[in-house]
Amino acid sequence: MASLDDLKKRITSVKSTQKITKAMKMVAAAKLKRAQDNAEKGRPYSEKMNNIILNLSEGLSDKENAPKLLSGTGKELTHLCVVMTSDRGLCGGFNSNIIKKAKNYFEMLLHGGKEFKIITVGSKGNDQLKRYYGDKIIENVSFKESKNPNYFDAEKVGKLIIQKFEKEEFDVCTIFYNQFKNVITQIPQAQQIIPLNAVNDDKSREEDNYEFEPDEDEILSNLLPKNISTQIFKAMLENSASEQGARMSAMDNATRNAGEMVDKLTIEYNRSRQAAITKELIEIISGAESL
Amino acid sequence: MSEQFKIEIVNPEKSFLFKEDVLEAVLPAFEGEIGILKDHIPIISFLKPGIIHVKTKSGDDKFYVDDGIIEFKDNNLSILTSTIFNLKEFERRKIDELIKSAEEDANKQEINDQSKFLINQKIEVLKSLN
Repeated sequence: MASLDDLKKRITSVKSTQKITKAMKMVAAAKLKRAQDNAEKGRPYSEKMNNIILNLSEGLSDKENAPKLLSGTGKELTHLCVVMTSDRGLCGGFNSNIIKKAKNYFEMLLHGGKEFKIITVGSKGNDQLKRYYGDKIIENVSFKESKNPNYFDAEKVGKLIIQKFEKEEFDVCTIFYNQFKNVITQIPQAQQIIPLNAVNDDKSREEDNYEFEPDEDEILSNLLPKNISTQIFKAMLENSASEQGARMSAMDNATRNAGEMVDKLTIEYNRSRQAAITKELIEIISGAESL
Repeated sequence: MSEQFKIEIVNPEKSFLFKEDVLEAVLPAFEGEIGILKDHIPIISFLKPGIIHVKTKSGDDKFYVDDGIIEFKDNNLSILTSTIFNLKEFERRKIDELIKSAEEDANKQEINDQSKFLINQKIEVLKSLN
């Protein structure tokens, strides 16, 4: 049995850990609020962008010669997977959920006899993936210096992807990120961005006769690269909200567990203190009796 | 009947401007400036670097944009842009900074004619602001 002193030391150390996790939880909660606001503010842009692209692709006269970013290269041999994770740890299952989703996808590609390449955004994903798929990672981007996700960073990633697409290094591009649902639920997502699946959810939307200036093709070829950056930016915003949410609930759990541990240790400490006192008393009494 | 329409300018980070009493908007579209009044036919176009001029009853606003896409439909004008500054808050130092980085871009070898044209346009507009 541990001595009284040891128990006391353990209790203090667990208590100080609890203080740290509690502080981290509160910091995450404050950041979460901001990240969530940002994610909401960013939505109109990507929605509008999506709408315009829908309008354009429907009105496209010559579907055969549509820009490659929209229609694809015609084959699906090489996949590019952009895995977006955080730069910091201690956020529960946040990173490992994305990695798990991505790994499943990789396995599927391997079974289908397809090639794939990986770009990691965020250092945590790179750390975990390079052990198994080190030779597949062609690029690693990290925005540790940026406090909040900004469009400038997203554009860098977008340009990188487009550059590689123009060099015909891949045919299909998928991004992996966590979609923020609420504080305890984040859903890992795999979203294909090249070729773009423009889905029209709203069937009732009437046909609009737009005037295009210059023509559709030119606008579309100008718009599609921007859309990639926009999608990446959206993923970054969702990811940062999810990261804070995941960290908050993970730290909340850790704080609670530390509390339970302190209780358990305190009981043990009190018991052994009592035992020691009782033992001393018995010794004194039996000593007195023997006289 | 009022002669006003709605305008919304969004950039990726937030909704930048929203006004309901716009009389006229002049936009630097790719093939030349266009003015938009109420009941313009639906149009989609994209912008080159230039000045957006928004005229309302309460006063005029001017914005500098780098690029963007506009959509006009049902008397709603949406402008999507990644870089936008209100000219009133546009500092000279910032302008000089932008000119400098644009000039650096212009001197790069690998750019194509279209982006070269856009960069030159950008420099021209920025210099005219000074």
